[in-house]
Amino acid sequence: MAEKTSFRNVLFNPFSKNNPVIVQILGICSVLAVTAKLEPAIVMGLSVIAVLAFSNVIISLIRNTIPVNIRIIVQLVVVAGLVVIVSQLLQAYAYDVSKQLSVFIGLIITNCILMGRLEAFAMANGPWPSFLDGIGNGVGYALILVTVGFFRELLGSGTLLGFRIVPQWLYDAGYANNGLMILPPMALIVVACIIWVHRTQNKDLQEK
Amino acid sequence: MSRLRNYLDKVKPRFEPGGKYQALQSVFDGLETFLYTPRTTSGRRYTTHIHDSIDSKRTMTIVILALMPCFVFGMYNIGYQHWLAAGVEGPYPFFSLLLYGFLTVLPRLAVAYITGLGIEFIVAQKRHEEIQEGFLVTGILIPMICPPEIPLWMLAAATAFAIIFAKEVFGGTGYNIFNVALVTRAFLFFAYPAHMSGDKVFVAAGQPFGFGPAVADGFTCATPLGQLSQGITNITGTGGHAISAADAFIGLMPGCMGETSTLLIIIGGILLTAAGIASWRVMLSVFVGALAAGFVANAFPSPAYPLAAVAPWEQLLYGGLAFAAVFMATDPVTSARTAKGKYIYGFLTGAIAVIIRTYNNGYPEGAMLAVLLMNCFAPLIDWCVVEANVRRRMARMVRSQK
Repeated sequence: MAEKTSFRNVLFNPFSKNNPVIVQILGICSVLAVTAKLEPAIVMGLSVIAVLAFSNVIISLIRNTIPVNIRIIVQLVVVAGLVVIVSQLLQAYAYDVSKQLSVFIGLIITNCILMGRLEAFAMANGPWPSFLDGIGNGVGYALILVTVGFFRELLGSGTLLGFRIVPQWLYDAGYANNGLMILPPMALIVVACIIWVHRTQNKDLQEK
Repeated sequence: MSRLRNYLDKVKPRFEPGGKYQALQSVFDGLETFLYTPRTTSGRRYTTHIHDSIDSKRTMTIVILALMPCFVFGMYNIGYQHWLAAGVEGPYPFFSLLLYGFLTVLPRLAVAYITGLGIEFIVAQKRHEEIQEGFLVTGILIPMICPPEIPLWMLAAATAFAIIFAKEVFGGTGYNIFNVALVTRAFLFFAYPAHMSGDKVFVAAGQPFGFGPAVADGFTCATPLGQLSQGITNITGTGGHAISAADAFIGLMPGCMGETSTLLIIIGGILLTAAGIASWRVMLSVFVGALAAGFVANAFPSPAYPLAAVAPWEQLLYGGLAFAAVFMATDPVTSARTAKGKYIYGFLTGAIAVIIRTYNNGYPEGAMLAVLLMNCFAPLIDWCVVEANVRRRMARMVRSQK
């Protein structure tokens, strides 16, 4: 029973209480880069979930045989292999999105969230909790990505997933898209707003 | 007057803690100290403050007074440009021009104040603080540095953004890193470039409250600075007449409301300096920096950058440079504090403003970006000046002990 609740914590804690982006402030660079539109944000989130979950499982399976001195290299090789697979899949089946994401799929290798989870969790836990941890952190990351992408595309382009949301009569009445939302600085401010709201609701996370 | 005082004294207990309207205490307090000089001072037993009748409310009032010449002239100029654009033959009715400008500016002023003060009131209530008076000046600056017909909702959004993200999150009045009015303008500039630059926005074409002659649809007129940056050397005003340097100095040309008249900006600057509010060091060194950068640019003219061919002193007459030098760069909160630091800060502000407007044809208005950029570096400049001073005195002390 105790084990069951801890599995639940492993899976659900990273959604909010221990979110990799808004609590640990990791992986900010890709949040800035890929969230100008919602679609690449969703694809990026899914890619990170997949890579994180499977690399966690693989590292967890071989954790007892990895020599300590070269563990980082081994982890990188595993992540890089998975990233190449994801990148090839995207180029095969979602070419437009993979072009929009350009180098950022490749740069998942350097995403601090991955190294953090592999070092902190997969190296010390079995495959099943590692898989849950990977899914949990991946979803925690993707949630923020999608939220930021939602606001940036809605306010910056007036569309969601490419479909026009802001009606034409509003533009005729004088409304205009906010060009600043498309620029990277605004992603930082949107993330800051999410952190702000999150901290007001979770008082224990506030720094004194 | 004493009746008002008596009334305030009578209702005061209701706003104190435990009273009926204690939630509104900061509002009451703000109003009371605005109307009357507060009787309480920091007592003798606390500190060794130098006592002076100038508190920040009086400071702000003097800044507003110094802005008034530019403000009134700006209203007149908005009307004047509109009449020119409508193609009406002179002589122009002075008071109609003024009234047109007033009616154009009034909604913008109201929106800036209501948005900004509304947010300040709410934050002050939440934090149980007094309402700070910094917004008094910011609120009047905002319409003065925006094109005359900027849509009201954009102005409201930008003001709210600037107050929250440039001021309140840093701790409110006196703690902001960036000049709040300029952050408002920068937000508008990057978010809605079509409404903040180009040749359609700097002459008011509408008829506020149905007043004023009609202007043909699609009327365009670039600002003198915009024309210069396009490589047009004999610049023309709204009616198609030539604009001389003297016209630009007086300010009868299209542009943002407050920035056109260099003459009245200088008068405002003299008033601020005489009252001891703003630093002449900053103002002077901004102009010197702009001139220096202008001379360097002028020494190496290039067809790709038409503004480099403009005489350095003419750079001071166009665009927002003079206004930024006198009213923006001198902001006591965001500028450098040390005397030497003020020279460095001002010089770099002026130089960067001219460099941006000359070498980036997309941003003919470099003064805003230059001031914001130097706002970032002001603390660093101060730190270097203080450290250099410490080192010099240490060296002197070591020498004297040998």
